[in-house]
Amino acid sequence: MRKIRSYREVTHDTGSELLEQVVEQQERLAARLSKVGAVVAVASGKGGVGKSAVTANLAVALAGRGLSIGAADADLNGPSLGRMLGVSGSRLADRAEGVEPAIGPSGVRVMSMELLQQDDDAPLRWREPSTGGFIWQSALETGALREFLGDVAWGELDVLLVDVPPGTDKIARLLELVPGLDQMILVTNPSETARFVVSKSVRMAREAGVPTIALVANMTEYVCPSCGHASQLFQGDGARRLAEESGVPLWADIPFDPRLGASTDLGTSLITEDPNAASSRALLALADRVASALEGEAS
Amino acid sequence: MKFLCIECDNVMDFAERQLPGDGTLTAVFHCGSCGRDVAMLTNPMETQLVSSMGVKIGGREVPAQPLEMVRTSLEGGREEAFDISGDIPRRQTEEEAGEAAPRLGTVVWSLEAKHRLEKVPSFVRGMVKRIYIDWAKENGVAEMTPAVMDRARTDLGLEDM
Repeated sequence: MRKIRSYREVTHDTGSELLEQVVEQQERLAARLSKVGAVVAVASGKGGVGKSAVTANLAVALAGRGLSIGAADADLNGPSLGRMLGVSGSRLADRAEGVEPAIGPSGVRVMSMELLQQDDDAPLRWREPSTGGFIWQSALETGALREFLGDVAWGELDVLLVDVPPGTDKIARLLELVPGLDQMILVTNPSETARFVVSKSVRMAREAGVPTIALVANMTEYVCPSCGHASQLFQGDGARRLAEESGVPLWADIPFDPRLGASTDLGTSLITEDPNAASSRALLALADRVASALEGEAS
Repeated sequence: MKFLCIECDNVMDFAERQLPGDGTLTAVFHCGSCGRDVAMLTNPMETQLVSSMGVKIGGREVPAQPLEMVRTSLEGGREEAFDISGDIPRRQTEEEAGEAAPRLGTVVWSLEAKHRLEKVPSFVRGMVKRIYIDWAKENGVAEMTPAVMDRARTDLGLEDM
């Protein structure tokens, strides 16, 4: 058999420039994020725990502290952050240096797939050959997220929040794009099922070396607006148990309030409408924890 | 991805890329030693694999545009997503030209070129316009006309745009 040099034995540059382009993409993303004080992921691993509502309200709360805040909706298949932050229907200024994000009533700069899709009920679809979509769907979605983070002219931000969709693979995708992630806030609820799923995300964030990881227990109880009686929505104490077992601090305990969902549906925020509501107070306290931790990291 | 001319034990260099427009791709590699050319032909699935990464075999003719991958790959892009209004300088009438000279380095658009650009879906129009303007500036062209657009397309290999 004749000896043919293997790929690694061939050091000559062929001019296909594929690797160079990938490196250039990474450099562009890094350059954009160099103007961002901190990138904070709001994730879970579990679906339906209220990540987007927490992200939207946290963004408003941080902006209310006078910070410059951006919010990137990494949920490409089920975008909701644009709606929750009141930028639905906004047009994005198209500039050579980057696409300007939409700016919501609270001053939060927002980028979401919702702003790019013609029909509200259109599922995310890519122009691609009719078969084998599953092969490159992940690559396309990673590319889209890279562009959301790197091609949007976020400007000088104190904090860029990233709303991460369910699935630990989506957390891994973000960590690959943003290896220097500053904080990961993992939203869970008191159920055992959520504890089981979110524990995987805790481990992933730990193994990736994210410097600050925190838990948020959402929908912990329902307080009757008439009589003030508090009742549990979920049986169990999964969030607290997860905090104890993992050693990850529990930064917020957010009670369920139907007004919170109603306000985000309208693109407003309960924390500005009723800052004394129990869930508003919990979210404002969460914003304090996030900001304090970032200040601690910076000093 | 590398191509080795076995006879010469020489790595072949990328020479040319062609996009026939049916989702397939042709990439030509050349052996600098014996002069042999080899064409790599990819089917639509293989072509998609590479373009999903937002890269082009043989490198880019024009710098990557903001949200380029999303804009060129998303099905059902929103027509009103991008605000690109009011930034297409048109050719001045003789009267107007007498009043103020066009800014140095500004590329003006003939009416025909402007109409042609307006036929490009607005989802990608801003990006396409920038590519044409950059090409015109680089090539010292002061006025954009359909003929100039054709030259730029050919020169930049933008048949897929």
